[in-house]
Amino acid sequence: MPTKTIRQALNEAIRLEMRRDPTVIVIGEDVAGGAGGTGKRDASGGALGVTKGLFSEFGEARVIDTPITESAIMGAAAGAATTGLRPIAELMFCDFMGVCFDQIFNQAAKFRYMFGGKAQTPLVIRTMFGAGLRAAAQHSQSLYNIFTAIPGLKCVIPSNAYDAKGLLIQAIRDDDPVMFFEHKAIYDQEADVPDEAYTIPFGEANITREGGDVTIVAFARMLHLADGVADELGKDGVSVEVIDPRTTSPLDEETILESVEKTGRLVIVDEGGPRCGMAADIAAMVAQKAFGALKGPIMQVTAPHTPVPFSPVLEDLYIPGPEQIVAAVQRVMQPEVAGAK
Amino acid sequence: MPDRIHALTMPKWGLTMEEGTVAEWEVAEGDTIAEGDEVVLIETSKIAGSLESPFSGVLRKIVAQPGDVLPVGALLAVVTDAEVDPSVVDDFITEFQANFVPEEASEGEAAAVAQTVEVHGKRLSYVLTSPDDGNGATPVLLLHGFGGDANAWLFNAADLAKDRSVYALDLPGHGASSKDVGDGTLDAFTRAVVGFLDALHIAKAHFVAHSLGGAIALSVATTHPERVASLALLSTCGLGEGINREFIEGFIAAQRRKEIKPVLQQLFANPDLVTRDMIADVLKFKRLDGVPDALRKIADAFFPDGTQAVQFRDQLNGLDQPILVIWGAKDSIVDPAGTKGLPPSIEIHVLNDVGHMPQMEGAHDVNRLIHAHLDAADNR
Repeated sequence: MPTKTIRQALNEAIRLEMRRDPTVIVIGEDVAGGAGGTGKRDASGGALGVTKGLFSEFGEARVIDTPITESAIMGAAAGAATTGLRPIAELMFCDFMGVCFDQIFNQAAKFRYMFGGKAQTPLVIRTMFGAGLRAAAQHSQSLYNIFTAIPGLKCVIPSNAYDAKGLLIQAIRDDDPVMFFEHKAIYDQEADVPDEAYTIPFGEANITREGGDVTIVAFARMLHLADGVADELGKDGVSVEVIDPRTTSPLDEETILESVEKTGRLVIVDEGGPRCGMAADIAAMVAQKAFGALKGPIMQVTAPHTPVPFSPVLEDLYIPGPEQIVAAVQRVMQPEVAGAK
Repeated sequence: MPDRIHALTMPKWGLTMEEGTVAEWEVAEGDTIAEGDEVVLIETSKIAGSLESPFSGVLRKIVAQPGDVLPVGALLAVVTDAEVDPSVVDDFITEFQANFVPEEASEGEAAAVAQTVEVHGKRLSYVLTSPDDGNGATPVLLLHGFGGDANAWLFNAADLAKDRSVYALDLPGHGASSKDVGDGTLDAFTRAVVGFLDALHIAKAHFVAHSLGGAIALSVATTHPERVASLALLSTCGLGEGINREFIEGFIAAQRRKEIKPVLQQLFANPDLVTRDMIADVLKFKRLDGVPDALRKIADAFFPDGTQAVQFRDQLNGLDQPILVIWGAKDSIVDPAGTKGLPPSIEIHVLNDVGHMPQMEGAHDVNRLIHAHLDAADNR
């Protein structure tokens, strides 16, 4: 099977769906041209090159470069979706969502509900998140938790190229608005990806490591750290199960609960913050539904409750690392923790 | 010395296997073992299986412990003649470990290559495994069953390729082949398989076929007898009416891990053989565009109303080729009653404690029986 990067897998997903379905369009800033490009159209294909080549194949009617007006992009996309198109709207950094929040959470997310099911909004909003690229406080946040909290939006966070393609095709074919979060630091990660189109259902977690002592739930870039920790600790006889929920809305609670019922220990690793985030959300869910299975406290490994620092030294400190994950696992594995108050 | 001391190493089962986990030793240090004895249970990403000892002797030293994850070719244990000195065994292990480099194909191993060919405008994918000497013996064509692919033969292809080239085909609608199955009928599959032989300039092949693939092999044998040197049919369709409709429908309908696992477990006498990665691979296949349609068409053409529509019992007497029929006694997909009342010229073996996948669950016996069958057919 051919090996592809997440970037290539996403490009292929959009390309295949645009070929299959003439109602699929792409709209956003620089989706045809791009910052740092030569000035020619299709020079870059997005800030990090995900939509490169789509303009050449599908033309300006279907690959629409917009001015820097987030509210117009999302408003146009939401309207187009209700009138028969399947827009893939790109909002370069999820940090910019504040400018177009009404179009997303008060309009797109509500149409089907408020029109009694008579309106569909088959809209995909692609956006980048995550720290590590020295892009400072306004271009580095992990804000999927905000969209997970809004009924009417589905929320997808792929961690690898195979999932990225299948989840994006599923998102494009879905009749509801889907927020699609891409971690900007893992676009070059490779996996085996079929050339053909395929879909991955929302709400089914992937178990990337099987184990019996501790469950780690992690997303996107953090998942790869968790897998590495599981492999390392496995050598010391600690058997770690790693779960990638893949979608936070819907969330595959069943897979997480079943795993915790087996291991009795849970560590959640999230690049988002500690307050009202995915780690807190999953911890609360498990504490409520699997309390009897827990042998110790649920550990949350998250970024701190601060803006993402611009200083490289501080940014590296900000992002959760393998040491913190190991420390959390070791803490829940300590026998005295089991009886701790 | 090389004849008296042997390294038992991590096997390579299938194209993609890079490492395996030692699950459980079935023999102890000091035990005398014979060639072909099952000695250790290995779990791979595809399936768990028992490793059969390639040599006879005394199991002197177990090097790999349960739970160890080791690359293909890594030392598992040392087997020697009884009188070899313990210090020699220790030296052998030290030397082996010092020189071991993972990922190098072991000596004498047949090379396997996945490739594609265009047949009637559609892509057919296959894995060719060729013996070192690339001899001109009549090749083997492996045909998998409903919902399977060339990986169904991961325990067999390399073994059969010791003597001849082995082509493991992904049938239309399956594996990496085109998902366009036309009308999904036996005729369509027969044309595709004959077209495949034509495209690769294979005048004649031994057909080794499983389940639905067996019906296709029987069809090629009756319509193009000159292309079929012999037939080895495993838990085959086409010799009886019974088919587990619950399995077929469950396989088509399942979307998620939880749904597909109990379906796949029906394939084996030992349900523990279904691994997480086997489930993942089947789901990856089933999620591809076109696959649900293809499977639906095939099921409707071959198994309408929950019975097998394609029957070859009446035509067996007209076939001149040697025929070997192997069935798992615990097959819950295609009724083992298919072995009853066959013409006396057909060699029949029913394997105990084996389900619908004898080529996996009874790999050692199946390989041995097929080797003997192919040799006899070649020398006829």
